[in-house]
Amino acid sequence: MVDLDQFRADLLAQVATADSSTLESLRVSVLGKSGTVTEMVKGIGRLPPAERRDAGKTLNKIKNDLTKAIASRLKFLEAAILDVGLSEDKIDLTLPARAAMEGRIHPISQTVDEMVAIFCEMGFTVAEGPHIESDFNNFTALNIPPEHPARQDHDTFYLPPDEYGDRQVLRTHTSPVQIRTMVSTQPPIRIIVPGRTFRADHDATHSPMFHQVEGLVIDETTHMGHLKGCLIEFCRAFFDVESLPVRFRPSYFPFTEPSAEVDIGCSREGGRLTIGAGADWLEILGCGMVNPHVLKNCGIDPNKYQGFAFGMGIERAAMLKYGIPDLRTFYESDIRWLKHYGFMALDMPNVADGLVR
Amino acid sequence: MRFTFDWLKEHLDTQQPLAAVVEKLSMIGLEVETVEDRSKALAPLRTAHVVSARQHPDADRLQVCMIDCGEDDPVQVVCGAPNARAGMKAVFAPVGSYIPGIDVTLKTSKIRGQESNGMLLSEREMGLSEDHEGIVELLDSTEVGTSAAAALGIADPVIEIGLTPNRQDCAGIRGIARDLSAAGLGTLKSVQAPEIDGGFESPIKWQRDFSTGSQDACPLVVGRYFRGVTNGPSPRWLQDRLRAIGFRPISALVDITNYVTFDLARPLHVFDAATLAGNLTMRLARQGEKLNALDGKEYTLDDTITVIADKIGVQAIGGVMGGTSTGVDVETTEIFLEVALFDPVRTATSGRKLGILSDARYRFERGVDPESAYWGAHAATQLILDICGGEASKLTVAGDMPSWQREVVLRKSRVLELGGLDVSGDEQVGILSDLGFQPVDEGEKIRTTVPSWRQDIDGEADLVEEVLRISGYDQIPVIPLTRKHTVAVRAWSSSQRRESAARRALAARGLTEAVTFSFMKRKTADLFGFSNERLVIDNPISTDLDVMRPSVLPNLLDAARRNADRGYTDVGLFEIGPKYTGDADGQQVTVAAGIRAGNYGARHWCNAVRPADAWDAKADALAALEASGAPVNNLQITDDAPPWFHPGRSGCFHLGATILASFGDIHPKVLREMDLGTNAVGFVVNLHNVPDGKKKSSSTRPFLELSPFQAVHRDFAFVVATDVAAGDIVRAASSVDREIVADVSVFDVYDGEHVGEDKKSIAISVTLQPVKATLTDEEISVVEKKITDAVQKRTGGILRG
Repeated sequence: MVDLDQFRADLLAQVATADSSTLESLRVSVLGKSGTVTEMVKGIGRLPPAERRDAGKTLNKIKNDLTKAIASRLKFLEAAILDVGLSEDKIDLTLPARAAMEGRIHPISQTVDEMVAIFCEMGFTVAEGPHIESDFNNFTALNIPPEHPARQDHDTFYLPPDEYGDRQVLRTHTSPVQIRTMVSTQPPIRIIVPGRTFRADHDATHSPMFHQVEGLVIDETTHMGHLKGCLIEFCRAFFDVESLPVRFRPSYFPFTEPSAEVDIGCSREGGRLTIGAGADWLEILGCGMVNPHVLKNCGIDPNKYQGFAFGMGIERAAMLKYGIPDLRTFYESDIRWLKHYGFMALDMPNVADGLVR
Repeated sequence: MRFTFDWLKEHLDTQQPLAAVVEKLSMIGLEVETVEDRSKALAPLRTAHVVSARQHPDADRLQVCMIDCGEDDPVQVVCGAPNARAGMKAVFAPVGSYIPGIDVTLKTSKIRGQESNGMLLSEREMGLSEDHEGIVELLDSTEVGTSAAAALGIADPVIEIGLTPNRQDCAGIRGIARDLSAAGLGTLKSVQAPEIDGGFESPIKWQRDFSTGSQDACPLVVGRYFRGVTNGPSPRWLQDRLRAIGFRPISALVDITNYVTFDLARPLHVFDAATLAGNLTMRLARQGEKLNALDGKEYTLDDTITVIADKIGVQAIGGVMGGTSTGVDVETTEIFLEVALFDPVRTATSGRKLGILSDARYRFERGVDPESAYWGAHAATQLILDICGGEASKLTVAGDMPSWQREVVLRKSRVLELGGLDVSGDEQVGILSDLGFQPVDEGEKIRTTVPSWRQDIDGEADLVEEVLRISGYDQIPVIPLTRKHTVAVRAWSSSQRRESAARRALAARGLTEAVTFSFMKRKTADLFGFSNERLVIDNPISTDLDVMRPSVLPNLLDAARRNADRGYTDVGLFEIGPKYTGDADGQQVTVAAGIRAGNYGARHWCNAVRPADAWDAKADALAALEASGAPVNNLQITDDAPPWFHPGRSGCFHLGATILASFGDIHPKVLREMDLGTNAVGFVVNLHNVPDGKKKSSSTRPFLELSPFQAVHRDFAFVVATDVAAGDIVRAASSVDREIVADVSVFDVYDGEHVGEDKKSIAISVTLQPVKATLTDEEISVVEKKITDAVQKRTGGILRG
């Protein structure tokens, strides 16, 4: 009988030094069908019964130990091979990734979305109207009769006269939607109207097309205190300045009485415009209590109903908020400008997210 | 409207500093646009005496001057002005002072070897005018070493307000002072001009000659003859005030008319009586009459324009401008003063028609206080007699004072109900009477007359505004506007939500949003089916923008061309905006349109670059449709896109008879006409045609049944004729065993040599999803057979061997 301890130690030593090509043949020669250990196990039956038990136990242990050792050696060798492979497999991380194409939202759309987000918190809904308007809706109903000097300030675009000599206009402001809404709905009314407006004027600070947002609140009790509350809250939320000073100055519009212009605080220190508390004021919108004549023109009883209206330029608000220097660039569709001043597709403004980007 | 602080104090007794007055002006509705305090800006500039001036040793045109500027020692200055000479008084800028006209801070320098310690200034260097003929010459009596601004009479701060069109009264400084005094900033001074009767009958009489319909063109005119006047330079104080607000003093009489215009908002005119023939008549011009006006231009008049004429012809345009030939000059000794009332609308129309913006027109079109026809005549008379001497005639008058008197009632409660500010009845009465109203307190109400200078007041709301603006809008308590509903009301309408969703979806697909004009060039519009003459703008700002756009695409293609011109050829743009088919309500619809020009995406090291193609446009259109809620799985596709698309590479999405979108390659001819040097594809989604989704009764989604059995994928390649649509193969395959055929998709199209002439191969992948039990091989074979049969029946396609 061979020295089994020595036999086991020799085999384990061979496993420990085997490489991936010799390991399998070693396994077959020891544990295969006619491997040395397998043969020795077969030989147990020929031993005297008294020895069989011990021999079986010993051989079994050798067999188990070898199996484990071979598996462990195999794992080790595979890991080593993988390591070698990985060490040779390296990519250039500075190469650009496959990028999804990114579009942008125009600042006018984003600004409208921001404004709607603020006003809808105050219960406003969004109304719209056509760009080609009757002279009546654009002027007369708004208390701007044909000879009124305010008409001259509007630089109106006209379409050809019809058979009666009446000419439609491109609306010079969003205010005709006030008229359409009041004619077609009964108070209470609470709307904002963003949209395109047109004036025959083209220079560094005027565009023949621009955007306004109009607001209208009509019920039985709304007064100038509410007007101030509504617009102060809007200005602060829109410009994201909690302490933004907002002042109301008396002014004149034919369709409101009393009328006001609204300034927000700003600083021009060092030639840089900053919205917020400062030495200067910046005019941002016009507003007032709806003129009783206008209510009457729309079939609403001015003795029962009252309310306020306001209007502001969307581009101007966007320019101030986002520091866009030139009005004309809004419509040039210069891809560089759109990428720079535009907004991400999924960046839909909402109050929960804050309204500043 | 410009005025100076001192001039204001002529009417307002106040101790308030400039800053307080400026702040208050804005807060009572007289918005201050600029405040120019030249005494501050020009503070370092002093009056000086040129003691000596000698020729510069090394420069022909320069002199070396010794200047006494009130310091102990004279200062040496090198000066190049031709009028610099010993003995004159001039404006001196010492070293260290800032010269506004040339934006320089002075340093000691050597000019051709001679030291120069400062500068003698011209008007341009002082920033006063463009005059650079020589240095400013001050009066010999000027004290040396004092403020140059004061010596020039420009030290008084100049305030400019942007006057709203309703405030006729504040086109004069007196009106502004009245508002300020009502607002508590001082006391309005009494400056009533005495009524002067005049000693003789005016040799020139006023006549009015209007038809019945145009009587109000000039309802009343007052005049007066002066003899023995001297029209020299006006006094210093008068010149200073006019200069400060931007007038160059001309002569005493002209300066007086300008002064009264600004002081009292009362425009008036003086004729040189010697140049007039006979009486003066107010009438409408005869068609084609001409006048050489005081601005040096000749105007041709028509029969809507009010004129002042003598026997010979038109001598002035009523309320707008006088004529050259009858104007006064230094020789003038006999004059005729005109103080008239002109119709605001007619004055505005005439002025606009003739293109004249005068100070008279500015006031008459706002409306001039009717009573000023008389008191304006007296105020002017007093100034003329004081300054020019001579003798005044009795007044000559034609027409009648229009009736301006009226009463307005203010319910005291309205100030709080409408204005949100609690102002006591007494205070309301006080404010109105400070503003020149004559209010009577009737308990609940105030009944008041309206002053002749406030034609803008016509109702209760106007009185509420008067009380509020004088009390201060800043006093109105702020009340939050809260929403009335607990459940959020949807701010957007369904159409607006479609637009918003399409916008975000298209941007997410890599298109960038543009906003382009609603109008465009006729020639381009014609390429896109422009046909409605009612959409041609009557008064376009340019011929490039003369019709309302029939489509958004051309503007986007134009934008692509402009970007390409700047070196950016591969652009993807979209716009959500209107197109116009007519001028009636409902003929303006909102579409989502987009284009991709050049290549799709940027060049990339691991992707081959390819031109944008019709399938990109199709995908864009589908994305917008899906986002806006269109049932994209139920759409039919047709090849009848509008003619500005490529006839073979474009199509439309239909829902029943409604066209929801068109897409494809832009027609090469259109690209050429629009000068686009690259390929382009486009799409238009008719958002207004997308049906509103059914109103759901609850937010619960339908129950989801997931099959526990494994899905099986099978691929088929069919050989079909080249004109067979892939969609028909897909539809045929999808129609089989709908319960288990879960998805059919095209994964390969091949039309090379291996499939034969006029043939192509289309490969589809079919997903079978069993619902009852795992599919056996036999069951799968049955379905496969049904699919090949169905495709063959519909398209003639046979399985590729």
